[in-house]
Amino acid sequence: MITANYIKNEYIRRMPSAFCPGCGDGQILNAIARAIDHLKLPRNEIAAVSGIGCSAWIPSPYLRVDSLHTTHGRPIAFATGLKVANPKLKVLVVSGDGDCTGIGGNHLLHAARSNVGITVIMVNNGVYAMTGGQVAPTTEHEYKTVTTPYGNPAFALNVSEVVAAAGASYVARWTTWHMNQLIRSIEKGLTKKGFSFIEVISQCPTYEGRILNMDHIQMLHWFRDKFKTDEKGVFRIGEFVDIEKPELTDELQKIIEKVRK
Amino acid sequence: MKALEIKIDKNLCKGCGICVDVCPKNTLESSNEVNEYALFYPRVRDLDSCIVCRLCELYCPDFAIEVKEK
Amino acid sequence: MIEPGEYFVEGDLAAAYGAIKAGCKFFAGYPITPASEITQAMAELLPQVGGKFLQMEDELASISAIIGASWAGIKSMTATSGPGFSLMQENIGYAAMTETPIVVIDVQRAGPSIGQATRAAQGDVMQSRFGSHGDYENIVLSPNSVQEMFEFTVKSFNLAERYRVPVILLSDAEIGHMMERLVVPESINIIERKYAKTFDEATKYGDDLVPPMGRFGDGLELMVTGSTHKPDGTRDTGSPEIQSSLVTRLVEKINKNRKDIEDWEEMFTEDAEILVISYGATSRPAKGAVIKAREKGIKAGYFRPKVLWPAPENRMSKLKNIKKVILPEMSLRGYSMEIEKMFPGKFVHFPKVTGNVHTVSEILKKIEEELR
Repeated sequence: MITANYIKNEYIRRMPSAFCPGCGDGQILNAIARAIDHLKLPRNEIAAVSGIGCSAWIPSPYLRVDSLHTTHGRPIAFATGLKVANPKLKVLVVSGDGDCTGIGGNHLLHAARSNVGITVIMVNNGVYAMTGGQVAPTTEHEYKTVTTPYGNPAFALNVSEVVAAAGASYVARWTTWHMNQLIRSIEKGLTKKGFSFIEVISQCPTYEGRILNMDHIQMLHWFRDKFKTDEKGVFRIGEFVDIEKPELTDELQKIIEKVRK
Repeated sequence: MKALEIKIDKNLCKGCGICVDVCPKNTLESSNEVNEYALFYPRVRDLDSCIVCRLCELYCPDFAIEVKEK
Repeated sequence: MIEPGEYFVEGDLAAAYGAIKAGCKFFAGYPITPASEITQAMAELLPQVGGKFLQMEDELASISAIIGASWAGIKSMTATSGPGFSLMQENIGYAAMTETPIVVIDVQRAGPSIGQATRAAQGDVMQSRFGSHGDYENIVLSPNSVQEMFEFTVKSFNLAERYRVPVILLSDAEIGHMMERLVVPESINIIERKYAKTFDEATKYGDDLVPPMGRFGDGLELMVTGSTHKPDGTRDTGSPEIQSSLVTRLVEKINKNRKDIEDWEEMFTEDAEILVISYGATSRPAKGAVIKAREKGIKAGYFRPKVLWPAPENRMSKLKNIKKVILPEMSLRGYSMEIEKMFPGKFVHFPKVTGNVHTVSEILKKIEEELR
């Protein structure tokens, strides 16, 4: 039986975490560790890369694997280099919505396009939380944040759809309410040959909660009631893409073999 | 399955109450007791009602709860 | 692959040859004039030696990718020019903070901004040393020939691996696009990285202040972060002692080893009264002008830093009898602050910012003017 205590002792560097009470990041850390455990992956074959933001702290310092905590927006580019240099590594990127689609949006598109075999977990809480709740590319229209005090004039990006269109091998979206589905998707992502992308809608009780006028429990219930895999939900979750196609490091290896013949 | 003990690590718990919310049997409840950081940690209301589903362990963001099986 | 012998190639290609000879196995880059030829050459050469090439979406991604690859234990490089070099600055600081060995070639062109894309300049000298924010030290080399494009690229890798710093090869469009004879020698001195075998080893350093580097995938469970961190990689942004000791060591590890890093070339300096200090493309006419001045009986000397940063300050401070120092360079600022600091009251700046290199007669005329 996998207990939280076992997961903590085996995969977590240290606790308590710096996350706010009720933050979804701790749940996602739990999910990642459980997925690694289910797959029985040796820890030395996993490298975790993150950028800047609250969710960047999930792997660094808490996940007990080789971790690279990089500059804002660039974790996917760092991870691409790491993966290409050592294709045996399972490279896991944990990035927030601002890190992944705002400052680092270009890298996300091109990693999906080149189908490099890394797994990106994007924690989506709809705001820039670490810097104090500013508007993000994922903030809904007319929502008030500290930098859109009169309402967001722009619209939210549907990240999973964009990544799917860009050519990823695996795309799924879950929430922190859907823990078991999330763990299964992370397992699938880690075993997928090509680029895998898992969006996790997560609760930020401190800043998102202020926008939505909800606490973290209410947000979890909102995820439960409004986020559905079919048309019944206000927001769509589920697996969107699950295909096999040639992966970048394999293709680079083929080029080497062709040239050296 | 029955639980022998539900251990709550008072100083890892941040008192978010997610465990209380996800418990299908209302085994846990909020308390008025505070830990070192003045956060209200939960307490076991009725140990016998626990069915050892471990949803609290799965959802706890802080690895603060542990269900020990009989 | 790149057999020892003679070649007739342009500087950019020589740099690519040097990288391959140094054991570079990963290159990530983005096209930019006048550095594209390096990128193109690496795309062709790397698969032949079992290496990997990626053209990234931008320069930010390029430098990120090579830092990532370096942590996987692979010698990595990128090449760019001014605008791309500006974009890379944040992660050059990251490489300094995380002590990641990387090589960045900047083939300088005239700026600011897009400037003269196809013309040479030397306006990135200060940026190559101070471009990223905060306190850090790195190493900057300045080649003045196709041969040195080859040799200094090898040397850049050696210094990067030895001191765990980002090393900048600061070339310019003139040297990068010039075709000359290149001699690839039989044997080349290559310094390999010192790896830590345990987590503990990666946290300790000796007198040289350079800790052995861990490698991802070896099971060391490394923590690498650009935040202020303890020697074991644990982030600690609150402690004044940790910040102070980390930043001081990053700077001291270069300062302490200056003697080993500093490199220069000099001619007629023992009795020189007027000294021409020059580097990169400009040093070629500068040398010619000094030789011509000597023919005319002028006590002129020639001094060329091969490593711009750290500057050869020990040597420069020992140059006595000098009455005037002329610094011809293709920049209005360039290296002038450093040289003026070394020769206060004697310094004469001789910039030229037309996109063209100084001619021998221009520099000779300046020498004669200053003697009057």
